[in-house]
Amino acid sequence: MASEYEIVIGLEIHAQLLTRTKMFCGCSTEYAFNEPNTNVCPVCMGMPGALPITNEEAIRFGVKAALAINCHVNLYSRFDRKNYFYPDLPKGYQITQYKYPLAEHGYLTIETSTGEKKIRIRRLHLEEDAGKLMHQADKIDTAEYSLVDLNRAGVPLAEIVTEPDMSSPQEAKIFMEKLRNILRYTEVCNGNLEEGSLRCDANISLRDPETGNVTPRVEVKNINSFKFVERALEYEASRLKGYFEGDKDVIRETRGWDSKLQKTISQRSKEEENDYRYFPEPDIPPVVLTSEYIENARKELPELPDAKKKRFVQTYNIPEYDASILVSTKELAAFFEECCANYDKPKEVSNWIMTEVLKELKDREIEINDAKVTPKHLIGLLTEIDRGMISKSAAKSVLAKAFETGMMPGEIIEKEGLKQISNTDEIQKIVEKVIEENPKVVAQYKGGKTKAITFFIGQVMKAMRGKANPKIVNQLVKEILDKPK
Amino acid sequence: MKIHEMTYSEIEANVSKGLIKPDEVLDAFYNRIARVEDKVKAFIKIYEREEQFGTTPRVIAIKDNMLIKGKKTTCASKILRNFVAPYDATVIKKLKENSFYIIGKTNMDEFAMGSSTENSAFFPTHNPWSLSKVPGGSSGGSAAAVAAGECPLALGSDTGGSIRQPAAFCGVVGFKPTYGLVSRYGLVAFGSSLDQIGGFGRSVEDVAKLSNIISGKENLDSTSLDYSMGDFTKLLSRPIKGLKLALPKEFISDALDNAIKGKITKIIKMLESEGVVVEEVSMKTIDYAVSIYYIIAPAEASSNLSRYDGVRYGLSKSDASLKHQYMKTRDAGFGTEVKRRIMIGTFTLSAGYYEAYFEKAQRARAKLIKEFNDIFSKYDFIIGPTTPTVAFGIGEKVENPLQMYLQDIYTIPANLTGIPSISLPIGTAEGLPIGMQIMGNRFKDAEVLNLAYAIERMANFDYTGGMKKLDKELGDKYGK
Repeated sequence: MASEYEIVIGLEIHAQLLTRTKMFCGCSTEYAFNEPNTNVCPVCMGMPGALPITNEEAIRFGVKAALAINCHVNLYSRFDRKNYFYPDLPKGYQITQYKYPLAEHGYLTIETSTGEKKIRIRRLHLEEDAGKLMHQADKIDTAEYSLVDLNRAGVPLAEIVTEPDMSSPQEAKIFMEKLRNILRYTEVCNGNLEEGSLRCDANISLRDPETGNVTPRVEVKNINSFKFVERALEYEASRLKGYFEGDKDVIRETRGWDSKLQKTISQRSKEEENDYRYFPEPDIPPVVLTSEYIENARKELPELPDAKKKRFVQTYNIPEYDASILVSTKELAAFFEECCANYDKPKEVSNWIMTEVLKELKDREIEINDAKVTPKHLIGLLTEIDRGMISKSAAKSVLAKAFETGMMPGEIIEKEGLKQISNTDEIQKIVEKVIEENPKVVAQYKGGKTKAITFFIGQVMKAMRGKANPKIVNQLVKEILDKPK
Repeated sequence: MKIHEMTYSEIEANVSKGLIKPDEVLDAFYNRIARVEDKVKAFIKIYEREEQFGTTPRVIAIKDNMLIKGKKTTCASKILRNFVAPYDATVIKKLKENSFYIIGKTNMDEFAMGSSTENSAFFPTHNPWSLSKVPGGSSGGSAAAVAAGECPLALGSDTGGSIRQPAAFCGVVGFKPTYGLVSRYGLVAFGSSLDQIGGFGRSVEDVAKLSNIISGKENLDSTSLDYSMGDFTKLLSRPIKGLKLALPKEFISDALDNAIKGKITKIIKMLESEGVVVEEVSMKTIDYAVSIYYIIAPAEASSNLSRYDGVRYGLSKSDASLKHQYMKTRDAGFGTEVKRRIMIGTFTLSAGYYEAYFEKAQRARAKLIKEFNDIFSKYDFIIGPTTPTVAFGIGEKVENPLQMYLQDIYTIPANLTGIPSISLPIGTAEGLPIGMQIMGNRFKDAEVLNLAYAIERMANFDYTGGMKKLDKELGDKYGK
């Protein structure tokens, strides 16, 4: 028996497009704060006699997304009807591009633990979103009734389908992060998995490299956070292993990730799958684009993360690792560049962003653009450090304060009395006191454990509430310890 | 001449000259309805008389598959029996803007599926020329209402002949413009690639004028087209000398009733004597038109009718399971013919059959279009009968759907090819009207109306014939 089975993963991603109006009618795409069934019209409610009109902005967003993931955009694409009954689907069919998608044959390069890897993208096509169902008691199987909200029905989606090129749950997660980043850079989708503006379904199977045996393929749905991309697929991969040991429960089916139970649950088997009876949508003429249209869309594309990263490394002479973190969102990258435009130590900026700034954002659960701290704040802080006005450790609390209040660092230092103490006499008194109080550690130091010096520095800083100039503290501790008695 | 016998144009002229008062126009039609409607049963709903109307009440009836805001639109189906339209169809908006007076909604085959109006879930409509006969369908109510003098104009919809065939049976003019010239927004969809709204009237001129009102490109229907040629009436009285007409021999086969063939031949002779060239041609693909149609139309219908699921509006039968809720609702809501077509369409679109049926039918449709293009490169028009027989008896064909489908053998090609086509009465056989059909190339609508206008002059058909027969039937009640 093989010790390691090969994992084969392909993804189907649905990205809600940030168009102003729905895919086929004039209703707004912003429905989150509306009362149920108020963001609707005869078209998206599937009223008798209503007809769809293609949203040109959705076509343009689709083309931009396709170009950003290196797809070939087709000059001719067409909408089809996908027929099935469900209460969240008002017309009894979904308008989607089945036979002739908007774009095909793309790829994204991801960085894995074993180096760069190309993940091929089979296609990108446009379609309309369904409404939402709310089940009484939150459970579909025990609900006495379900309510239908059609506010979301008809919101444009780009469906992106990859080839089965990912060979670990981790790769799938990295791919999703990269894709989200690109969609956000392109400003076609806000990429929020939790809120469902980006959705990920995964097809997974295992292969025994020795025998060539393959497990049935399972589709995992309802993966609604990046954390769960990895976790759900890890769970499913380990469940699929059972197939090679004769587990009869492993069949071709669709399973849903249950984040409460932390496992996947069977939804429907292959036999229960719908025959969607696709056929060309007679109400909508085909989408015919010109090469000029596509080239114009290409020109509208912003600098994408990979290119930006490369430029950061070259222009600012920062490590690749730093650059890849800085470009993780368009806004963070812009923050970095704005700092660098007025402050000439990029590595210093990068260090602060990667550690303290990101930590503050994470603690506060906000994005950089929502923070009260602007590049001016960070530059101000770095300048105070450079001028010896403040120690680095005190600077961290100044930054935290700036995040809290939006006050400029200079003001905070002044107000909080955090100005650095460089007065040698004052510091010396404390150093001597600390050394006196810790004879054991002094003995250790003298006995050759030179690292013990950091203990004294720490104690001094603590005693002086981080305000002491660390250079002077360091120097004095050494001098006094090394002074022969 | 009584007001209800006048054409729309005649009423307009009389009112503008002050010879008739607007009030009298409405009185005339409401009185006529009160007298004959019990026998004809053309209407599903007759609206209460309103005192608010324009300077000329332009009375019109609407097939009950077009939405009028705040009013019921039933499609003659139980599933929409109580459905109140939330918006106006584009054609309704246009009629309202032109101060038309909508007098009621007319009966039809359920969801426009049928050729006799017997598939109405509510009641059949009777042919004013002979009450035991069908008025044709699916727009049978509109055709019968115009023929019976209950209104001078009506709107219908034509997916495979649903305007032209009832027009022929009821002895009125019925015109299906080029696909796309009249917006379908607010017309309950049957076969989306075939459906077209058009008008009924008791003169070619009336129908041309009505077409001007209801047509025009608009952005709520992506398939709507601009009629860049403009006015439908502009060529009405143009001389027809020198026109070249094609008569497909497939249209005058054994299936055609001899009396109809005779009348068509007579008209052809008259045309030739006016310098029109008529040549017999062969259009082989026409023989497949009914087969193509009965794959494409049910396929589109099976999808279009999916929205009637009892979730948002219309009939809803509840059940513990969702699947059974759907099944119960649709079983109770749809009639036999609608179910039959949903099943045919579901079958031909299914995996494993799609290529053999739907895709093949699409290819055959493309071939048919090519064949028509070829003919129109040599001829100005294609002419022939509208129907193989005159109106048949109520109940005569209900047990035989295939025979019913063959009613549309001459009308279906115009829907599959999207071309304009008109039926106008040219005479009678055994006291029942005979319709002649003219088809032109896409956008040759004004040209088709031109030839129809000329033939109307030759045929000299009495459009009030049906009313007179009806009056006779009503016997001694008349005049009281």
